[in-house]
Amino acid sequence: MSKVNKEPLLHITKRKELPMKQTWMIRIGAIIAALIVCAIVTMLLTGLDPFSVFGTMIYGALGTERKAIILFKELAMLLSVALALTPAFKMKFWNLGGEGQILMGAWATALCMIYMGDKIPGFLLIIICLVAAIICGAIWAMIPAFFKAKWNTNETLFTLMMNYVAIQLVAYFIILWEVPKGSGKVGIINQTTQAGWLPYIGTNSYILVIIFVAIITAGMYIYLKYSKHGYEISVVGESQRTASYVGIKVDKVIIRTLLLSGAICGFTGWMMVSGVDHTITTTLAGGRGFLGIMVSWLAQFNVIAMVFASLLIVFLGQGAGEISTNFGLNESFADIITGIILFFIIGCEFFINYKVHVRKKSGKEEA
Amino acid sequence: MKKKVLAIVLALVMVFGLSVTLTGCGSDGGDGYKVGFICLHDENSTYDKNFLDAANAACEELGVQAVIKTNIPEGQECYDAAAELVDAGCGIVFANSFGHEDFMIQAAKDFPEVQFCHSTGTKAHTEGLDNYHNAFASIYEGRYLAGVAAGMKLNEMIEAGDITADEAKMGYVGAFTYAEVVSGYTSFYLGAKSVCESVTMDVSFTGSWYDEALEKEAANKLINGGCVLISQHADSMGAPTACENAGVPNVSYNGSTVDACPNTFIVSSRIDWAPYYVYAITAAQNGEAIDADWTGTLETGSVVLTDVNEAVAAEGTVAKLEEVKAALQDGSVQVFDTAAFTVEGKTLSSYMADVDTDAAYEKDTEVIEDGAFKESKFRSAPYFDLQIDGINLLDTAF
Repeated sequence: MSKVNKEPLLHITKRKELPMKQTWMIRIGAIIAALIVCAIVTMLLTGLDPFSVFGTMIYGALGTERKAIILFKELAMLLSVALALTPAFKMKFWNLGGEGQILMGAWATALCMIYMGDKIPGFLLIIICLVAAIICGAIWAMIPAFFKAKWNTNETLFTLMMNYVAIQLVAYFIILWEVPKGSGKVGIINQTTQAGWLPYIGTNSYILVIIFVAIITAGMYIYLKYSKHGYEISVVGESQRTASYVGIKVDKVIIRTLLLSGAICGFTGWMMVSGVDHTITTTLAGGRGFLGIMVSWLAQFNVIAMVFASLLIVFLGQGAGEISTNFGLNESFADIITGIILFFIIGCEFFINYKVHVRKKSGKEEA
Repeated sequence: MKKKVLAIVLALVMVFGLSVTLTGCGSDGGDGYKVGFICLHDENSTYDKNFLDAANAACEELGVQAVIKTNIPEGQECYDAAAELVDAGCGIVFANSFGHEDFMIQAAKDFPEVQFCHSTGTKAHTEGLDNYHNAFASIYEGRYLAGVAAGMKLNEMIEAGDITADEAKMGYVGAFTYAEVVSGYTSFYLGAKSVCESVTMDVSFTGSWYDEALEKEAANKLINGGCVLISQHADSMGAPTACENAGVPNVSYNGSTVDACPNTFIVSSRIDWAPYYVYAITAAQNGEAIDADWTGTLETGSVVLTDVNEAVAAEGTVAKLEEVKAALQDGSVQVFDTAAFTVEGKTLSSYMADVDTDAAYEKDTEVIEDGAFKESKFRSAPYFDLQIDGINLLDTAF
């Protein structure tokens, strides 16, 4: 009676590349499925009308002009980090140090603003801050890159640990700069003179920040797609041996790419201090160094797709806050909704890359 | 195939479309007066819960609508939140965390028609804005009372022979090393010393207002270092939980933690923000001026003690607290009476405090008058930052 050839209920095979249309259908299907699951979870857990919860999320992200500008500002910040990390990732160099590289840029900016605020005229100070931030961010990324290139150290651990060094360094300087003594808060730097602040358009510099990131986005697109450097990065990412064989200096490419990666992270830190927050805290980067990794992967290192991936994540984040304000729900509930949506979106990539076969009914077993 | 795509796109459009139409009614709750609140954390923090409870109580009492934003960090997010609350039609906006201050000032400058109130801040009296205000309470009086309860517990332990008089050492978990915390632990210590002369105290700082793991670790460190009673000025359940686990009595803060710690909770002092909220909201509604610096007291009902947990507290604590409270109110007892403490072995007769906040920490105001350090007189937020004898600071990196 025992069956010899027992076929498993499910088995999985790698798909050939699907046509564009079909991959997008799977993705859209995943989003719809996610919304349905969110709706059910919302009703079961809170008894609220799921449509009004979704509606509130949309309102929270885009409901007023100010909310929309804040959304795009947040998008710009996250996208900037994702763009910074992407060239390294494309090269299969796992730069997990975005958080630290941003902080070092922010730290350099704050340092210049505090010590040169009353000595150097406004525009020049902004430029000095910018250069200092880019250099500091780049150095922070170059250290692990150098060790990787020379001695093949593990960059994942190295870049990750550099984050903590940066956090402690900033913590130390916060104690030097805090007002009042012992409070652990630096407060707004140069609040009365606004020295070193990016100029306002309206009541803030958000639009300027958005424009900067738009420029970086275009630049990164061209760099990765059309430049010789971009091509070298791809080759090194595919196989370091191949790269060496065709005459690419792998060490040089690694260090050069990480300098760029760190420089853009430093630039992001500069935008945060000089353009947005005007203060420094150890949590200033706000996890963007890690969220940026998700954006970059979600978009499969495609610069244009990254804009949408950032939009999705920022949209969920901004919308989530409104849910807790409007319905008196804890922020954790918004996290649940965000988690479900991200789970489906990331999960659907599995179905794009693999095909699941279900065992056919036993009667009709075929060879 | 095309049909399928079309169907999916249509379905998506409908889902989003429906959501947007529903938004219109969803976010428009009532047409009463709106009051905005910005909180650093949410109700999981004892500090924020205390604010949220007061906000809801005050708004209910006045029949106005509270619009609450929780988990707002001390950065530009605070400004953005304040601006959004103004957009939503709030006539007055409150923020609750020290680091929110500069961003609230920024918002006050940009929206002169709206009132901005900031609890625990220090800059309103020098900033000179008509629509920016600070508030605090004379919580040092509450902490002093809580300290009396702690001292009585120590006396009970000494009498029972559990510890000797020399071993009467308390532990205190503080967040940072600035006046708000220093004033708090010093008044707590002086309260205990007023009934238990031999008491000493170790203070450990966490460098964070809310870090459950660090606070727990700090409390455990103090307990292992021989502290027989713990109190705290940090906002998580870390220290009370550590005390409950170790069976060490705890004087809490921000509200009762008796539910989580029935075997160790003695009493808790807290600021009741509702009287201030009622005062400020009413003034804003009527277009009247709000004090630049408002200090709540025992009289205004801003400084309160929770119920004493008689299962843990020493006998007679309730009666003694009533007695001391009356003495504080009629002025016969002053918390920072210069006769009650010494600094490096000396009694103080003069002290310049940094009342006007500046980057150079300039000491600008004489604060000792009539034989006492006058806390919360020259501005609402505390400025007592002396290191008095009997208190031992363990880690002052912050």
